[in-house]
Amino acid sequence: MTLRRLALLPGVLALSACEGGFQSPLAPAGEQAASIHSLFWLMMAVCGFMYLLVLAGLGIGLLRARRRRSETGEPSINPADRGLTRGLVAWAALIVVGLAVLITGSFLVERTIAGARARDALEVRVTGHQWWWRIQYRDPATGAWIETANELHLPLGQTTRIALGSSDVIHSFWVPNIAQKLDLIPGRINRVDLTPTRAGWFRGQCAEFCGVQHAHMALDVKVDTPEEFARWLASQRRPATPPADPAAARGLQLVTRGQCAMCHAIRGTQAVGRAGPDLTHFGGRRSVAAGTLTMSRGAVQGWITQPQAVKPGTMMPPVALSPADADAVSRYLMDLK
Amino acid sequence: MSDPRTPAVELRTLHVSWADAPGIWGFLTTVDHKRIAARYILTVVLLLFLAGMLALDMRLQLAMPDMERMTPQLYNESFSLHGSTMLFLVSVPVMEAMAIWLVPLMLGQRALAFPRLAAFSYWLYLGGVLMLWVPHAFGITPDLGWFEYPPLSGPAYSPGHRADIWAQMITFTEVAALAASVNIAATVLKMRSPGMTLARIPLFVWAMFLASLMTIFALPAVMMVTSMLIADRLVSTQFFAAAAGGDPILFQHLFWWFGHPEVYIIFLPAAGFVSVIVETFSRRTLFGHAAVVLSMLAIAALAFGLWVHHMFAVGLPRLGNDFYTAASMAVALPAGVQIFCWIATLASGRPRFDTPLLWVLAFIVTFVIGGLSGIMTASAPLDQQVTDTYFVVAHFHYVLVGGAMFPLFGAFTYWYPKATGRMMSELWGKISFWLIVGGFNLGFFPMHILGLQGMPRRIYTYSEGMGWGPLNMVASIGSAIAVAGGVLFVANAAWSYFRGRAAGPNPWGGSTLEWAAPSPPPQHNFDAMPVVDSLTPLWTQKQELAVMTGLAVDRREVLVTSVVEATPEYRQKSPPPSIAPLLAAIAVTILFVGSIFTPWALVWGAVPVAIGLTLWFWPQRERSTTGPLRARNR
Repeated sequence: MTLRRLALLPGVLALSACEGGFQSPLAPAGEQAASIHSLFWLMMAVCGFMYLLVLAGLGIGLLRARRRRSETGEPSINPADRGLTRGLVAWAALIVVGLAVLITGSFLVERTIAGARARDALEVRVTGHQWWWRIQYRDPATGAWIETANELHLPLGQTTRIALGSSDVIHSFWVPNIAQKLDLIPGRINRVDLTPTRAGWFRGQCAEFCGVQHAHMALDVKVDTPEEFARWLASQRRPATPPADPAAARGLQLVTRGQCAMCHAIRGTQAVGRAGPDLTHFGGRRSVAAGTLTMSRGAVQGWITQPQAVKPGTMMPPVALSPADADAVSRYLMDLK
Repeated sequence: MSDPRTPAVELRTLHVSWADAPGIWGFLTTVDHKRIAARYILTVVLLLFLAGMLALDMRLQLAMPDMERMTPQLYNESFSLHGSTMLFLVSVPVMEAMAIWLVPLMLGQRALAFPRLAAFSYWLYLGGVLMLWVPHAFGITPDLGWFEYPPLSGPAYSPGHRADIWAQMITFTEVAALAASVNIAATVLKMRSPGMTLARIPLFVWAMFLASLMTIFALPAVMMVTSMLIADRLVSTQFFAAAAGGDPILFQHLFWWFGHPEVYIIFLPAAGFVSVIVETFSRRTLFGHAAVVLSMLAIAALAFGLWVHHMFAVGLPRLGNDFYTAASMAVALPAGVQIFCWIATLASGRPRFDTPLLWVLAFIVTFVIGGLSGIMTASAPLDQQVTDTYFVVAHFHYVLVGGAMFPLFGAFTYWYPKATGRMMSELWGKISFWLIVGGFNLGFFPMHILGLQGMPRRIYTYSEGMGWGPLNMVASIGSAIAVAGGVLFVANAAWSYFRGRAAGPNPWGGSTLEWAAPSPPPQHNFDAMPVVDSLTPLWTQKQELAVMTGLAVDRREVLVTSVVEATPEYRQKSPPPSIAPLLAAIAVTILFVGSIFTPWALVWGAVPVAIGLTLWFWPQRERSTTGPLRARNR
């Protein structure tokens, strides 16, 4: 029964492969992921074929042996196995051919991925922190670095070269729909090229165990058309606009004069902390706490007052605020678009 | 000493010379390889149960999205303890235990080359087990995985003693594993029965010999790296601190230099089990004996050339990656040759489908999946998508459970009657077989798909929107079924110990020397030393095994033979029981545990170690000698 069920499994796998999600190498939306995806199907074909051969060999062998079972007698010692020896040689040759195909395929895909290195590319720095991502873009106009966090925007059809570093432990940068993963290692800079081919939202997640909140170190990725991207980058370059609404203005006071400013920076205000994510355009992001919560005023408020309940072990300390203050702070932060 | 003695008197003297002291003292001092191996195996079974419970606990947590029954800290502790236990305290030790039990019997010998070293190795291993599990009872469990990469495991990010406990536990158990391996390798080389040339060594013994050599080459790397980690943590060296000029990648190179061969150190003995079982139950000599031995050699050699495939996402030079891709995939050739030989043997033999052979069939069907997914992860670009996802979790469970544990269950059933004198129940054996094999595949196959759907490893939760819920539920149900089957397997073994059918010396019709001993074998294994003239002595020398007499009966003595031809060279005294290995192991344990708290433990801790070793090696006066060796043919 197991035999039969297992024989069906490649089919099951093929079926479920159709449903690659927004964090899956099976639904490629980038050049790099697409070439690896085709390598995956080459491997599935060759390996699936070899597996069927093994099962067939085992099945036929057992059926033949079963027929011989009625014979009794002594164990046979060193019988002449000329046919089997020829079979072994053929099998070994087949394995060698199969491996040659796969190694060549693998090498060619490696070359394709490495080929992007020759192109001009948008320069981005991503730095891993326990448990969030610092993201910096090189401003094409001034050459200065524009900082944001936990949300990566990429221009469609262009190559973005991401320099990966880490400020604490080893993390791994992985946006499976667009490209392969690469580690962020303290003391080293790794570079990965991303060339998205489909616009939309994708998700990335830290792939190397990095401590207690490894599960909640996600990255929202938005692939924009080049025009949208240019607009978005221009908006990120701007410092935060002072709030008009009085409640939000009270929030500004609390954030920039209180303990928030020790860790967070909001460009255009007195908050210049570096330990935590830059909040300059916080309200425009899709999620809170590195993909843990969907962005909403309630989520922001809950996160600020009880971060340990949302993400136990996070470096974000709880901030004691009266209900009115919490409301003001979340209003202000949501206005930072 | 030339009084003519009757065989009956000689035999009684032999029993007395090899007997342990009665009671608890005998328990603490024994150097009998069978008793030591049995202890190892019982400890492993207990740990297997505990680590299995941890696995179930984690599967419950992951069965549905956003579950809140476990804190992230507890989850991280659970997978760390599960992985460390399974890889360091279960897989390698159980294979060594099987070898400690089987190798002397398969070689027709009375003891291992270094009986006290075997006792020491068990006591030290027990120290490592306690070192990991006693702190667990007090809530100081290592929580950084079974690999503990710095800088996460360094002093800055892991204050407290969790990481130290892990690092010292590794060093501990690796000393034990090295001791066992040296012992096995020396026994295989120098203590085969006369006539057992290299070409007549049983396949399991070949496998264990190669696995022991691999252990001797691989383990020093991990002992070194855990010692460097401890030094970073305790005395502020900066081996792995990038800011001070160290490099965290150094840890990974050294760790995987051991970590990949480790997989084959577990797999080779399993391949040995499979070869032996296939041969016995097919009722024919294994097809391609030489090809299987050469394949094992090739695997043992290749294993050291592909550690980098664990590090494809680290960002090493691409040309290097291609080399390691090719080297990793090349393992498929010897592995494929072995699979062919086993299937060919079955196909051209007259197989009897008893439980041990069923395990081998399940092994082939399951392990090949793990091998093929191994080829996929060996490809550098593909690996950079699937590594650190559930695809890899599925892959290595297929290799380690399908490739090593299934043959182990088969081997356990196969040799159980030899060890206990009773058969395990076939009916319950088959029920537990189907539960374990079915549950395992149901539990782990979906993980391949989860990995391809982007689910990373070592996450304690995931949200509803990821779409991973249904397959995780299937995986959890499958794991629970497999664990239930495992419990049934152990219950069957326990029940059969008291109620099983009497076995007789050779219930399966095996071909190798251990089946010539009574079941269970006496402490000296064989009344007279067998002499062999073929690979399958019990099939070719059917009337009566030729034996060699002349070893002393009034004291423990073994025969040492030459390396290639196994011609008798000299008689060697075999050490009597001693309390020294236990004392030495306790002293080493104190040293290791103390060193977690103060580096000075290395200084004062050396004193009790020296006392233990002095006792151990205290010279003893030679007693009587007997006459020259005499060959007696059938």
